[in-house]
Amino acid sequence: MESLKRAWLWFDDRTGLVSALGPIIKHPVPANSASWFYVFGSATLFAFMLQVATGVALAFMYVPSAGEAYQSLQYITDQTTFGRIVRGMHNWGASAMILLVGLHMIRVYMTASYKFPREMHWISGVVLWALTVIMAFSGQVVRWDQTAVWSTIVAAEQAGRIPFIGTWVADFLIGGGTIGAATLSRMFAYHVFIVPALLFLFIGFHLYLVIKNGISEFPKAGKPVDPKTYREEYKALVKKKGIPFWPDAAWRDMVFGFIVITTILLIAIIIGPPALGPPPDPSNLDALPVPDWYFVFYFAFLALMPPAMETYLMVFGPLLVGALLFLLPFISNKGERSPLRRPWAVAIVALTIASISGLWAIGISSPWSPHFHAKPLTVEIIGADSGPIYRGGMDFNEKGCLYCHTISGHGGLRGPDLTYIGDRLSANELTWRIMNGGLNMPGFGGTLTNEELSDLVIFLKSRTKENQETSSSGGD
Amino acid sequence: MSEKTKTSEECSRRQFFTHISIALGSIAAVMVAIPIVGSVLAPIVKKPKPIWRPVGELKSFTVGDIVKVSFIDSSPLPWAGVTAESAAWLHRKGQEEFTCFSVNCAHLGCPVRWVAGAKLFMCPCHGGVYYEDGSVAAGPPPRGLYNYPVRVHNGQVEILTSPIPITTV
Repeated sequence: MESLKRAWLWFDDRTGLVSALGPIIKHPVPANSASWFYVFGSATLFAFMLQVATGVALAFMYVPSAGEAYQSLQYITDQTTFGRIVRGMHNWGASAMILLVGLHMIRVYMTASYKFPREMHWISGVVLWALTVIMAFSGQVVRWDQTAVWSTIVAAEQAGRIPFIGTWVADFLIGGGTIGAATLSRMFAYHVFIVPALLFLFIGFHLYLVIKNGISEFPKAGKPVDPKTYREEYKALVKKKGIPFWPDAAWRDMVFGFIVITTILLIAIIIGPPALGPPPDPSNLDALPVPDWYFVFYFAFLALMPPAMETYLMVFGPLLVGALLFLLPFISNKGERSPLRRPWAVAIVALTIASISGLWAIGISSPWSPHFHAKPLTVEIIGADSGPIYRGGMDFNEKGCLYCHTISGHGGLRGPDLTYIGDRLSANELTWRIMNGGLNMPGFGGTLTNEELSDLVIFLKSRTKENQETSSSGGD
Repeated sequence: MSEKTKTSEECSRRQFFTHISIALGSIAAVMVAIPIVGSVLAPIVKKPKPIWRPVGELKSFTVGDIVKVSFIDSSPLPWAGVTAESAAWLHRKGQEEFTCFSVNCAHLGCPVRWVAGAKLFMCPCHGGVYYEDGSVAAGPPPRGLYNYPVRVHNGQVEILTSPIPITTV
């Protein structure tokens, strides 16, 4: 023991680690910043460290070759020792990072910690958030299955809408004009080298700033930030009421970080990684490329935005959000910090959460998508086994109506529910709508025969509340 | 006086070393950056040459039908594996008259499906719908489906492979 201590003292004497790092980790912080609201930044860092560790482990087994990556992922998941858990941790760790970086940003915004002198904390944080989002997307792509391939094409198409240089950006993204071998190699380089290098750089800068300017004190209503006096007041505050960061403040970070890491591990063990989709074959068109949960709200946004404005929203929307986030500390870097005195800030956060949640909920059901696997209407639902009503019901199944319209619980959600359409529209109105379409419905005038049209209208006219009730009581 | 001169000389020497150090570092960085950045940006300027690919014998396509055809893309690398595969929708309209549609929705590139019963192409992602002739029937696509050039050559139907169609503004 004595010799170990001597060795350590020798090492510290030559390296000066304790004298260099000791004051940093024990630097005084405001006592009221030792709060459970302040644990999300460190938890994001812990999640990032987990991503690095699991990512390195995956790199030992993953083959970043377009022709073999899919098989290597199958191998990692099904055959390697602990590979399933490592892949699971990497996947759920990414979800945790997205969630935690969002919570950290909300906390910083709500407590206005971005105000003087911490403007660069916020700006470097916005860069880190953007890099985290890029990691999440490129991570989804290196999971090289069918969804990955089509998601890459969707991303390239969005890049293509950038004025003047759109095609160049799209080609840069996917490594040429087509999806193929170059695409995965590039995505791997983005995901494993370029973006992580930037993350390390900006995390270092972010932490350096936290040490330089100190952790912000928990705000008090009626105590605004005045750039002329703030630094002196902060110095006096930590001198008078400061506590050492380690361990007095940091224990909460460690407890919460432990909970986060343990939760990720447990989910990875119990649920495991997401199942791989079909192989990345661009000629297999039986695909519905829905992104991972954190991008589902944006997937819904792309479907719901007005077509006339979509190029502007697609290209300038993210730019505008990015610019607003960057400019925030310059729009307001002094004054009240407490959310009790900043009702607009509270409203913006509430509105953002509500919008994202709403889009997310709609994105999960994707009502705009044709339901290709809808269960066909049965003879019982149709209410006849021969004649025009039956033939109309069969046409409803076969002519694609079912993909977009629901009848008695069968069918898609894109168009109106037609269970009781017979009560709402006359035969003439039905004929007109089927022939000409309208709003989001194609016209079928050129594809249906007169007999098919007539059968379909008779069938739809039979969809009345009265008929349904008679049919169900008859069934009893 | 002599001391002043010496200080000025030192400053001048110091400035020289500063400038030469920065200049040498910058020149070295630019020299190595040209091949590094060039190799990364190459796909932007180096376009694959379109190639005619056979997709089936003429007699295997029925007049009036729209079918999916698969082919190898224009620039497959040896390790591309299954990702070298590509597909298109081929419509035989007459004896030797064909139209070939890209499978990529003109909205955001998702794979459109041909629904024969409805005679519509439908996109699963954001609800784009196209008529049999590729024109927009419903949904957000800003234009109709893209076409591939088709020809009949020695009894084979061939299509001219192209990059993924990127809808621009």
